[in-house]
Amino acid sequence: MTRRSFKLVRIARAGGHASILVFFITFLAFPFYWMLMTTFKTTIDLHDVSKNPFLFNEPPTLEHLVVLFQDTQYLQWLINTGVVGIAVVLITLVLAVPAGYALARMAGPWAQTLGIAIFLTYLVPPTILFIPFARIIATLGLQDSLWSLVLVYPSFTVPFCTWLLMGFFKAIPRDLEDAAMIDGLSRFGAFVKVVMPISLAGVLTAVIFAFTLVTQEFVYGVTFITSASSYTVSVGVPTFLVRGDVYFWGSMMGACLIASVPIAVIYDLFVDRFVAGFTVGAVK
Amino acid sequence: MATVEARHISKHFDEVRAVDGIDLLAREGEFLVLLGPSGCGKTTLMRLIAGLEQPTAGDIVIDGRVVTDLPPRARNVAMVFQSYALYPHLTVAKNISFPLRAVGMQRDAIRKKVEWAARMFGIERFLDRKPRQLSGGERQRVALARAVVREPVVFLLDEPLSNLDAKLRNSARDELKQFQRDLATTTIYVTHDQAEAMGLGDRIAVLNQGKVIQIGTPQEIYGKPMDTFVATFIGSPPMNLVEEGASYFGFRPEAFLPREVGNSDDSVGFPFRVTRVEYLGADRLVYGVLEGRTAEAHVISKMPNNIRAEIVAGERYDFVVRRREIHRFDRNSGRHIDGSGR
Repeated sequence: MTRRSFKLVRIARAGGHASILVFFITFLAFPFYWMLMTTFKTTIDLHDVSKNPFLFNEPPTLEHLVVLFQDTQYLQWLINTGVVGIAVVLITLVLAVPAGYALARMAGPWAQTLGIAIFLTYLVPPTILFIPFARIIATLGLQDSLWSLVLVYPSFTVPFCTWLLMGFFKAIPRDLEDAAMIDGLSRFGAFVKVVMPISLAGVLTAVIFAFTLVTQEFVYGVTFITSASSYTVSVGVPTFLVRGDVYFWGSMMGACLIASVPIAVIYDLFVDRFVAGFTVGAVK
Repeated sequence: MATVEARHISKHFDEVRAVDGIDLLAREGEFLVLLGPSGCGKTTLMRLIAGLEQPTAGDIVIDGRVVTDLPPRARNVAMVFQSYALYPHLTVAKNISFPLRAVGMQRDAIRKKVEWAARMFGIERFLDRKPRQLSGGERQRVALARAVVREPVVFLLDEPLSNLDAKLRNSARDELKQFQRDLATTTIYVTHDQAEAMGLGDRIAVLNQGKVIQIGTPQEIYGKPMDTFVATFIGSPPMNLVEEGASYFGFRPEAFLPREVGNSDDSVGFPFRVTRVEYLGADRLVYGVLEGRTAEAHVISKMPNNIRAEIVAGERYDFVVRRREIHRFDRNSGRHIDGSGR
């Protein structure tokens, strides 16, 4: 090939690369763009199909956000979601960190089986589990209380995070723990001073996953909570912003935007570690 | 300084007898090498001494004290792992001081100790770096510095040179021997590399299938192998073994030479048909078959370069071995039969 054709190939390759990037960026950013536009468009502009839907055809408005914050208890729902999320994350860590470590270090054929068994419980859908859970919640007298969610949500976050952390712990060479034990620590000391600092990325991954699982949960929330002031975002928004066949699109999109942006930012900051979290131990 | 003793120690993993009733004594200040093929139990034996494994039976005695039930941290041993096992989240300085901080030593004392250890291995420049920023050789030095820093009674080294490239390995071997001499700390060293074992060890224990086959100085192990396993495991190329009736006789490749250079009063002659000649720089390896035998007897001769005799593949030559260089082994047990000669 001549130098010229080499150059052409290089330009074509760069162009292909760029167009794939553009496609994915558009694909992933579009929902956010749509939420943003819808939040600030006037209702008339939203419903007028003759105009370009991708642009503001009338000046932007704050009307939908006013509805969201004044006519609904959106702020309270955000707080509820945060409180439940943090409580569930703490419970999850207390249970899943030791469980994941034990499964990663346990010898023999039992370890693998037990690990899979724990993960299988994650696959039982809430649509089946909410019936027996409702009985338990009623017996405990926790109906209409956020504590019911704090109690129930770990049933899916713990197995998921145990599995996730098991992968991380397996990737830590045993030699490091052995070295720490020879260097003067007990097994527990070696876990705290060597294993935990090294698997910080894994723990962080587990925290964020547990939290997002909680924020998107709907079935338990709508079953166990009845009063508006105890709703979480994922239950409150569809309940109060869809009245009969009237959809408050602007306010709904605003609610979704506010709830999803912080999570998107955190994801972005730690995206490399998430990928590591999922693939760790997969190839060996 | 301390002695380390294994008293009839066994470790079974389910059906596998990784260590099978070993008795072994490392003397004060001695450099003892555990040598054997992979899976022979040498690393398990070391882990038993360190306390990282609990024995199925038997005892470990360090400095006259039975430590079998003590956890690793209470045995005052230091170990260098094949992977070095440096703590990836800590700087070199923190890695070296780790064992000192674990026992709660004063900060000033720690600083002095770390400086002393770092100077000993020439790694003062790297104290603020993380292990991943170091080369293989530098990591190995950090691992050694971490091992010496709290002045343990015993060093346990698990193939610490196997991750280095060949050139570095030679100089590292030299330094290792030097620092062990200087500190005079009892050292147990695991390897599968016989050159390392011969070069470093005051004594070598050859292990196979969970048992110590032979223990002795490098000269003893090489010159008087106890059985066919040791005879063929040590030496490169290994000892030639030839079937003869109810026994084998064996001789080292370098003892098997053309008659014109190797002849003496007690020489035994063999007709040797050469099949291949390998030129290795300092030596020539001559592959071939001993003629006039019922079974095909493949043997190798190793001739240093100063033997200029011309050897060509396909030709027959008259080779000799001195009678006292011939070893005889029982064919069933593989044990050495005393009293050489044919």
